[in-house]
Amino acid sequence: MTAPAHAGRPPMPPLQRASDPVHEIMELQMGPSHPASHGTIKFNLRLDGETIVECDVEIGYLHRGFEKMCEQGTWSQCFPYTDRLNYASPLINNVAFALAGEKLAGIEAPERAQWIRMILSEVSRVCDHLTCLGMASVEVGAFTVGLYMNEAREYLYDIVEAVTGARVTVSYCRIGGLTNDVPARFADVLKDRFAKVRALVSDCDKLLSRNRIFVDRMSGVGVMTPQDAISYGVSGPMLRATGVAYDVRKAFPYLYYDRVEFDVPTGTRGDNYDRFRMRLLEIEQSMRIAEQGVALMPPGDVRIKDPRYVLPPKRDVYNSIEGLMNHFKIVMEGIKIPAGETYLSVEGANGELGFYLVSDGSGRPYRVRVRGPCFFGMASLGQMLQGLMIADIVTTFGMVNMIGGECDR
Amino acid sequence: MGRLIDLLRERFGDKIVESHAELGDETIVIRRDDQLEIFRHLREDPAMAFDFLVDEIGVDYLGRTPRFDLVCQLLSVKHRHRLRVKVPIEEGDCWAHSLSSIWKSANWLEREAWDLVGIRFEGHPDLRRILMYPSFEGHPLRKDYPFNRRQPIVPERDPIENPWPPRGVGIRR
Repeated sequence: MTAPAHAGRPPMPPLQRASDPVHEIMELQMGPSHPASHGTIKFNLRLDGETIVECDVEIGYLHRGFEKMCEQGTWSQCFPYTDRLNYASPLINNVAFALAGEKLAGIEAPERAQWIRMILSEVSRVCDHLTCLGMASVEVGAFTVGLYMNEAREYLYDIVEAVTGARVTVSYCRIGGLTNDVPARFADVLKDRFAKVRALVSDCDKLLSRNRIFVDRMSGVGVMTPQDAISYGVSGPMLRATGVAYDVRKAFPYLYYDRVEFDVPTGTRGDNYDRFRMRLLEIEQSMRIAEQGVALMPPGDVRIKDPRYVLPPKRDVYNSIEGLMNHFKIVMEGIKIPAGETYLSVEGANGELGFYLVSDGSGRPYRVRVRGPCFFGMASLGQMLQGLMIADIVTTFGMVNMIGGECDR
Repeated sequence: MGRLIDLLRERFGDKIVESHAELGDETIVIRRDDQLEIFRHLREDPAMAFDFLVDEIGVDYLGRTPRFDLVCQLLSVKHRHRLRVKVPIEEGDCWAHSLSSIWKSANWLEREAWDLVGIRFEGHPDLRRILMYPSFEGHPLRKDYPFNRRQPIVPERDPIENPWPPRGVGIRR
């Protein structure tokens, strides 16, 4: 048997050995499975004492071939895959893929479906931020906050579960609408759960935001300038922490974001503390959007009635030959989206989440490309970490909030 | 036609090989030889100011000549407008100019395009695989790469030639 080939990564250029061993640069590989980094990721470090001289970030440990898999099935069969991109906020991926597909097909989901998509996107965004902040707090020793935030997230998962039937693997959207309407007591459940989440988040805020230990670990660490952030393609809370008020929901409004009121918080210093604050403030804004959405949501259908794109009702499938054939064609051949290409982006929890779709007119996608925001945050991590200490990797990496499924696809 | 396309046609003339604004996405197609000039202009011209390289990917159109497209999505945070730029690339001459000197995000995006589609980038500082492992053969997002091809790092055991030993032999429970 030959030697395992994966050991053949091109080595970094040879080190200049100093005559004095105290000043020698040390190479250290942190990861891929490190208990303080949530996610499988490897840092190839060069250290001068505890200071990082150079950091090469290695990703790809969770690569499953998302884009190749999508090319094998029909358009509808891509939805379960999109759940597994950012598994902290799967509904946003679902919505983004559905919107991109609808843009390519030239159709639009009914108004009620769009409102529900928007409300659930915001609920998912809160879940994502709670996951990020909770895990990052645990990693710096604030275990209580981690538990509180997980509790808050479970309350929100109750909403998601009541609507979609699943906590994480939702597959709720379809091209042309949604699988089903929200349950009757949706507004009450939302109100009740949001009250609980608000109480918990307010506690976490008090525990962390002015906590001396926490602020010392976060403030002034992992600083990035706005120019660098834009050049690296970083978006979302990380970009807004540097003071650039770019939010896809405001810059290129999709769904009904132009009909609701919300603020886009921005930071000033672009360090880890600002990133933490951005996420904490966005939680409140997202809940604001969701509450307005529930009040404005009209009654009506949640799916269009176009037989080219949407499955017929079961009554027709079982009782008429046309309905059966329609069902069969859509399931076996897939919906036929006209040939063309499009790019559509939404504001994911970590930044601009985009789908570039190419269709050749058959029932299968010709090319699916997802632009995951974490990938760009990880690309900038190497530069951010230069000159910091090893312990700062944990906080900085936590605030990038890499989601393996989205970064490695 | 879109506003950006008109401006670019005015400036570059027939260096813009093709353009369309289907579904509201303004798209231009340029030649590889003009790639750096046009991208620099898009980055630096005040009317364009595309400071944000959103995405840079390879698309394989197997059976078409030229076979590949390098597709770049650009965004201007300042002006809030978007543009898609496509660069066709021949199969036998499969390389493009690296944009990593213009946008820092191009570094990893080009590593990915090389890894998955197999487009080489001239002038890239560190072109190695990013998602797959270094000894991986081929480029999985090419259309002629079979989706079910296996490349195990540890050689696979053939279950017919070399089956599990019968129950109770060799394995203690």
